[in-house]
Amino acid sequence: MARTILPFGPQHPVLPEPLHLKLTIEDETVVEALPTLGYVHRGLEKLCEVRDFNQMIQIVERVCGICSCLHALCYCEGVEQIMGVEVPRRAKYLRTIWGELHRVHSHLLWLGLFADAFGFESLFMQFWRVRERIMDIMEATCGNRVVVSVNVIGGVRRDLTPEQCAWIEQEVAIAEKEIRQLTSTILNDYTVKKRCCGKGVLTKDQAYQLGAVGPMLRGSGWAQDARQTGYAAFGELGFEPIVEFDGDCYARSAVRFRETLQSLDLVRLAIARMPAGETATNVGGAGDDDTPQVIGGKRGDIMQAYNRDKSHRVVAAPPPNLDIPAGAIAAKVKGKPQGEAVTRVEQPRGELMYYLKADGSKHMDRVRIRTPTFANIPPLLAMLPGCELADVPVIVLSIDPCISCTER
Amino acid sequence: MLETIPLSLDQVAAVAKECFDDGWRQVTMSAVDCGEAGFEILYHYDKDLVMKHYRLSIPKETVVPSISPVYFCALLIENEIRDQFGICFSDIVLDFGGALYLEAEVRAMPFCKVSVAEKQS
Repeated sequence: MARTILPFGPQHPVLPEPLHLKLTIEDETVVEALPTLGYVHRGLEKLCEVRDFNQMIQIVERVCGICSCLHALCYCEGVEQIMGVEVPRRAKYLRTIWGELHRVHSHLLWLGLFADAFGFESLFMQFWRVRERIMDIMEATCGNRVVVSVNVIGGVRRDLTPEQCAWIEQEVAIAEKEIRQLTSTILNDYTVKKRCCGKGVLTKDQAYQLGAVGPMLRGSGWAQDARQTGYAAFGELGFEPIVEFDGDCYARSAVRFRETLQSLDLVRLAIARMPAGETATNVGGAGDDDTPQVIGGKRGDIMQAYNRDKSHRVVAAPPPNLDIPAGAIAAKVKGKPQGEAVTRVEQPRGELMYYLKADGSKHMDRVRIRTPTFANIPPLLAMLPGCELADVPVIVLSIDPCISCTER
Repeated sequence: MLETIPLSLDQVAAVAKECFDDGWRQVTMSAVDCGEAGFEILYHYDKDLVMKHYRLSIPKETVVPSISPVYFCALLIENEIRDQFGICFSDIVLDFGGALYLEAEVRAMPFCKVSVAEKQS
């Protein structure tokens, strides 16, 4: 049978970001898929040579907008490891709370996009409506909706008051209720099952051997999640990964849906167990610079999250006073890092790994970032051959591709 | 400090095969430009959330055996290193020829450091 080569992307109605696949098809069946990258490559890793190791926090936060907090967390944990810094326990819990809120809003974003990919627009809007509540928490507690910029070397630059914690718990409870109302639709609806069950199957062995990470790996039956390593406060929260076994698009979406609810539970648990104390520690290290450098000391006015019209949905309560005492957000970094470290955190899309090398100067010698989508592209290339052309958009979206992450 | 296992050029493929057979997942590879000392490539593997790291030190212009015939997922990593550092890999299962991110006509290696070399007489 004659073969046709069909370009898929970089501009495609389903793709949120530019990935190009050269699909070789026979009739309506895909027989080969080859990727082309490079549309949004920014060379962010290279910037470590011109930005100092503190400024790199702001750079790595911009590797990916959706999981900016977790990039900064992974980077800061690496530098802290090199400099031998012990982060205060309260800061670890705060990192966990904001990290899990990021996972919730990322998964809700993806669930909406996924529903839209197979034409379920009302479901798309429902998920994004709930997501707004999480974005409001982020805006109210960090001053920004997406790039929250709370992590610093040695801790976090913001704290939560008891009033804020109580308000977050109320909001999270409402978000959970709203998400649970969508359970039967996303997991049991005929259209969803028809488009997802048995599509893009990645077997358990394939997932592991091809280096899949995150919901891709767990959707194929592997109970592996970087949160099991106990970074931030996960070691004290009794975390267990969510696993599905069918390895198809439905299993991957089920993992993400259930993880959304799990993350809300983790936020509540972290708030309940968060100890009192400092949110950042002063940092020493190698080098001859004795002048303490104050980072993150200047705080702009925190935006009020509820100054917009919220008449379209239930509001638990207006946010409490968001002012943070001056000085509470400052951490002093003295000295320079020298050495190497590898750190891992679990992004919404999967395991994120940083390799850091520092030579004792104010610049990092090397910042290497392995993002989850980069790891999930080879499994995608294995999933596509044999599928119907009409299923390609759903399968591609089921890896939750983030190309700005991938190319950095 | 990061503990690494030294690796020689002729061990690269054999160690990858050994790791694959022992059930290690290939996490990624990290290339570092060490200036006149050449390049370092770190191979990161994971098994049950425990990582091990192999360190390969090579002079510049060395061709490194690809591990993509063993770990298919290494193909993108090796092509990326080729784009960024100009390190060539032999027998990659899918070779983009230095054009994964870059246009084909680009000859500069954007992640290499600028260094001064003594003029050859």
